[in-house]
Amino acid sequence: MSILNLDNVHTYYGNIHALKGISINIEKGEIVTLIGGNGAGKTTTLRTISGLLKPREGKIHLNGDDILKYQAHEIVYKGVSMVPEGRGVFARLTVLENLEMGAYSRNSKEELSRNMERVFTLFPRLKERRTQVAGTLSGGEQQMLATGRGLMSNPSVLLMDEPSMGLAPVLVELIFDTIQQINKEGTTILLVEQNALMALSIANRGYVLQTGEIIISDTAENLKKNPTVQKAYLGME
Amino acid sequence: MMMKKDYLIWIAIKTGLLSGVIAIFLCLIGMVEVFSKRDVIEKIITLGDFILLATAVSAGVIAARATSNPEQQKQPLKNLIAGALAGITTGVVIAAFIGLSQQINLRSVFLSASPSLFDLLTFKGGTNWIWMYPAIGMAAGLLGTILFLLPEKFRQPITRAIFITFLLALFSGLFRVVMINQSDNIAKAGKYLFGQTGLTLSGAIIFFVAVVSISMFWSAESTNLQKGFARIPKKGQTGVRVVVFAILAYMVLMLPQVSGPFIAQVIVIVSLYALMGLGLNITLGFAGLLDLGFVAFFAVGAYTVGLLTSYGIFGLQHVSFWVAVPIAVLVSMMFGAFLGLPVLGVRGDYLAIATLGFGEIVRLLAGSDFLAPFFGGPQGIIGIQKPCLGTLGEFVRVDVPRICNGLEFAGPKEIYYLAVASAILIAFIALRLQRSRLGRAWMAIREDEDVAEALGINLIQTKLLAYMLGAAFAGLGGAIFTVLVGSIFATSMQLIVSINVVSLIIVGGMGSVPGVIVGAIALIGLPELLREVSEYRFLFYGAALIMMMLAKPEGLWPSQATLRELHHDDSGEDSEIASTKSSQAKA
Repeated sequence: MSILNLDNVHTYYGNIHALKGISINIEKGEIVTLIGGNGAGKTTTLRTISGLLKPREGKIHLNGDDILKYQAHEIVYKGVSMVPEGRGVFARLTVLENLEMGAYSRNSKEELSRNMERVFTLFPRLKERRTQVAGTLSGGEQQMLATGRGLMSNPSVLLMDEPSMGLAPVLVELIFDTIQQINKEGTTILLVEQNALMALSIANRGYVLQTGEIIISDTAENLKKNPTVQKAYLGME
Repeated sequence: MMMKKDYLIWIAIKTGLLSGVIAIFLCLIGMVEVFSKRDVIEKIITLGDFILLATAVSAGVIAARATSNPEQQKQPLKNLIAGALAGITTGVVIAAFIGLSQQINLRSVFLSASPSLFDLLTFKGGTNWIWMYPAIGMAAGLLGTILFLLPEKFRQPITRAIFITFLLALFSGLFRVVMINQSDNIAKAGKYLFGQTGLTLSGAIIFFVAVVSISMFWSAESTNLQKGFARIPKKGQTGVRVVVFAILAYMVLMLPQVSGPFIAQVIVIVSLYALMGLGLNITLGFAGLLDLGFVAFFAVGAYTVGLLTSYGIFGLQHVSFWVAVPIAVLVSMMFGAFLGLPVLGVRGDYLAIATLGFGEIVRLLAGSDFLAPFFGGPQGIIGIQKPCLGTLGEFVRVDVPRICNGLEFAGPKEIYYLAVASAILIAFIALRLQRSRLGRAWMAIREDEDVAEALGINLIQTKLLAYMLGAAFAGLGGAIFTVLVGSIFATSMQLIVSINVVSLIIVGGMGSVPGVIVGAIALIGLPELLREVSEYRFLFYGAALIMMMLAKPEGLWPSQATLRELHHDDSGEDSEIASTKSSQAKA
């Protein structure tokens, strides 16, 4: 059953037509990746899904429920959570406080401690540093924290924006392993990446976005073999 | 590395020139002359002498610090030379200034360069005595250097003692008045220690010695004392706390009876600013929304109470203060929402300008001829009924106050209780709010609006609540202000009030509830008490703000988050490096 469905979505920044009729379908339990160059509209797509931007046209359904009628903060309660680009942790708050913020939409204490335990199992580093101020964490740890914070609301769909950005290759691998782990535990993931090779290696399916339009949509295996993708995004001739 | 001789001399002279120029500046703006009417130590040293000496002493400290190399051992001789030279230069600059003023008339440009100023500076002896300035400068410079060279163990108690004795000297008139009204022995002690405007010589010595010895005793014994306290059984500890609390509460209760109306009034004004500060601390400190028109809510609270309780011609109703206050708070909240709605999407600098406009609009409307039939225009609203604990007599006719059968909050001595109780209550509410779910939402918005929204925080609702609660606190302040003064004029709702509130939050520590109280005492209380210097109040504000930003940007009593942000490199980085190393070792 389709968990998240975008149908012919058009989003504008003022007069700039950023998304020109995008249709994406994500099945429950999948990892779907959205690849494309700078300014293709990847982040715009995520911000549109999470309600921070409102599309002028088109429909977005979550579990068959039209979510365009909800405000951004209400969409979190519906089970969509975003890990923002550039990590966006609250630099002046501690790791623990950051995680608690992630559970803002969840009221029960038990649920909070259960989710916290899950995050600490996924990222033992965060547990070691739970009283440290987020601004003093390394880039990789901040990405872990942002991901953990996204999981604190126990989402059914996790939107991840460029988790590999600015990280050392070792850390990128670690983050991607964890993404797979999160997915195995039952969270559907929409992954936006510039690092197409890494993204396609863990994803089930992928969409290629170019200047606000989807030009290719296929399984990850086929995309890796697709000559256009190879040339433009995988650096192969 | 040896420091070159001429380099040392140049530093010393540069410092001396600078402090000399500062001394001349203080003379030319009239500060020295005004301050010399007030003694620090009776008949020995005036405040004017004190600030001139202070420039030379600080020149000594700065020169000594600049010529000492932290990696090497202290080189007392070099530092002493530099300090003395800096002091001499300061003296020479002042002497040159006096000499120059005898030749040309500076008064055509600098109004404060009056003959009486020069009488003061030359000890009424023409140029005969100006050779003393380099000598006094040298002594002061040496004093500064010696202070710098003293080991930490002595330096801290001595600087602390100088500071506290100076503060006591500034307020000695107040202490004297309070003590003289007590029993014979206290009155005698008061006269012995405190003079009319400054400390007596014996008083100054006693306080100085007392502070030095207490301070040295404390630094030597504080850990032992704390351990001793920890050793008392738990029940005893609670007992000690209760006793301390009871003593404090008793002092707060008795203060206005002992101190008289002037100090009570100052404390009321500090409490009112603290109320406004606590309100703005919610919007600015917690939620990060700058509001430069905050006085508007103060005005709304004041006018609401005025219109509802006044027995003058503008009184719409004649309810009692206790009924009017909750209404005033609610109306202020409505205005908070009213301001908040249009500026919800406005951020940062633009928000500052939008709110600035709002504050001015409220003041101009309230004082306008257009609305004069309702708000009295420039004549204001007068005849505001004082609060009354007990039954209030019937309203007879306009301009006749209603009779209070019971306790009437007639003057500052009674309104003191109202203001202080309100400030304590609101501070408590603010502390609870800070730790609540709402407080966390505000903090998230302050840090990053977009992320906050993506985490499920309702921006509109949360921001509006910040505006409304902030406005409510300020409205309460306005309500109490009205009954204190007994009248309202639009002219008292100036922009400068809003700026004062922002300043006191910054000086106290943004986002910190105790910081607001400390800031209100420092920026409002001290200048109110030192009425003589109120002419230079904004000079002090400016200097205090600049010095705070340079020396203690987190404020006098900072909140945890600010403290971490500004000092995270002290602890955070180290632990990161350490743990990276340990994890490498594990691998």
